[in-house]
Amino acid sequence: MTRDQALFEFLCRMGDNTLILGHRVSEWCGHAPVLEEDIALANTALDLIGQTQLWLGLAGEVEGEGRDADKLAFHRDAWDFRNLLLVEMPNGDFGRTLMRQFLFDAWHTILLGRLMTSSEPRVAEIAEKASKEAAYHLERSADTVVSLGDGTEESHARMQAALDYLWPYVGEMFVADAVDQAMAEEGIAPDPASLRPEYDALLGRVLKEATLIIPDSHFAHKGGRDGRMHSEHLGHLLTQMQWLQRAYPDARW
Amino acid sequence: MKNEWPLWEVFIRGQHGMSHRHVGSLHAPDAEMAIKNARDVYTRRNEGVSIWVVEARHIAASSPSDKGPLYEPSESKVYRHPTFFDIPEDVGAM
Repeated sequence: MTRDQALFEFLCRMGDNTLILGHRVSEWCGHAPVLEEDIALANTALDLIGQTQLWLGLAGEVEGEGRDADKLAFHRDAWDFRNLLLVEMPNGDFGRTLMRQFLFDAWHTILLGRLMTSSEPRVAEIAEKASKEAAYHLERSADTVVSLGDGTEESHARMQAALDYLWPYVGEMFVADAVDQAMAEEGIAPDPASLRPEYDALLGRVLKEATLIIPDSHFAHKGGRDGRMHSEHLGHLLTQMQWLQRAYPDARW
Repeated sequence: MKNEWPLWEVFIRGQHGMSHRHVGSLHAPDAEMAIKNARDVYTRRNEGVSIWVVEARHIAASSPSDKGPLYEPSESKVYRHPTFFDIPEDVGAM
């Protein structure tokens, strides 16, 4: 694996995370429990799609085979996607969506903070821009997790159920493979495992305030970020996200 | 309805040096969330540099039925308008 091949894989991982989560969050548009949350979620989704354009745009450039961000987003099949399993999980209720968002935002802000000092200037530039958006996403999702966790009996029960359901998808963020090793050796991206202490501290702080109990298990579903085995949910998401480009290839408006 | 979040009035300062202007209202459980919601609902197109929120119930308003005594007396007092002076160019916008 050359440096550029590894970098391409890494950039797809970054871009696919934001693309798939952005699409998931956009599914709430017009359906959120209150107007204010509806707009806030749509803003988050748009931020994530905007970041996707940067990550996948750079991925196409590094690959050098003429694929741009749209080509990568709309003309790949499920096994070519490199997103974490966490972000392809269905929205469930509002509580589960916000818990998924919080679990992702916490990791995302820590990672982007490290990427701002990447030895690859194009990566550092994207991280710099994305980190401001991610910081706001985290502020918002953490606040909501606390309000709902430390809320009514019903909201507390739903948030605990959401955390229990999503917890097995957290571990995948911190498992390294050959791509990560190559990125770490080049100083482009940190070793994923090195983010864990900061992540655990942040989660501990917020979830304690939310009166939620972190499950006592380190079991982790894997196979998303290396594309080995996505969940069945990704295919359903892609049929919806990609249908227009599939039915009318390269259509524009 | 008892389960509804309270209503907040939102004021946004568009630029440094300008005053906050009322832009609309929204619902939120507390002041902190009201500011976040205001950020998401009213500053998406780069409209603001500062946000104020106040719970609508704290606003005291004049009564529409008093509009006669409140506003009509000022209608005939043209001398209250500073239109009888020539303003030097140097003064700029007033």
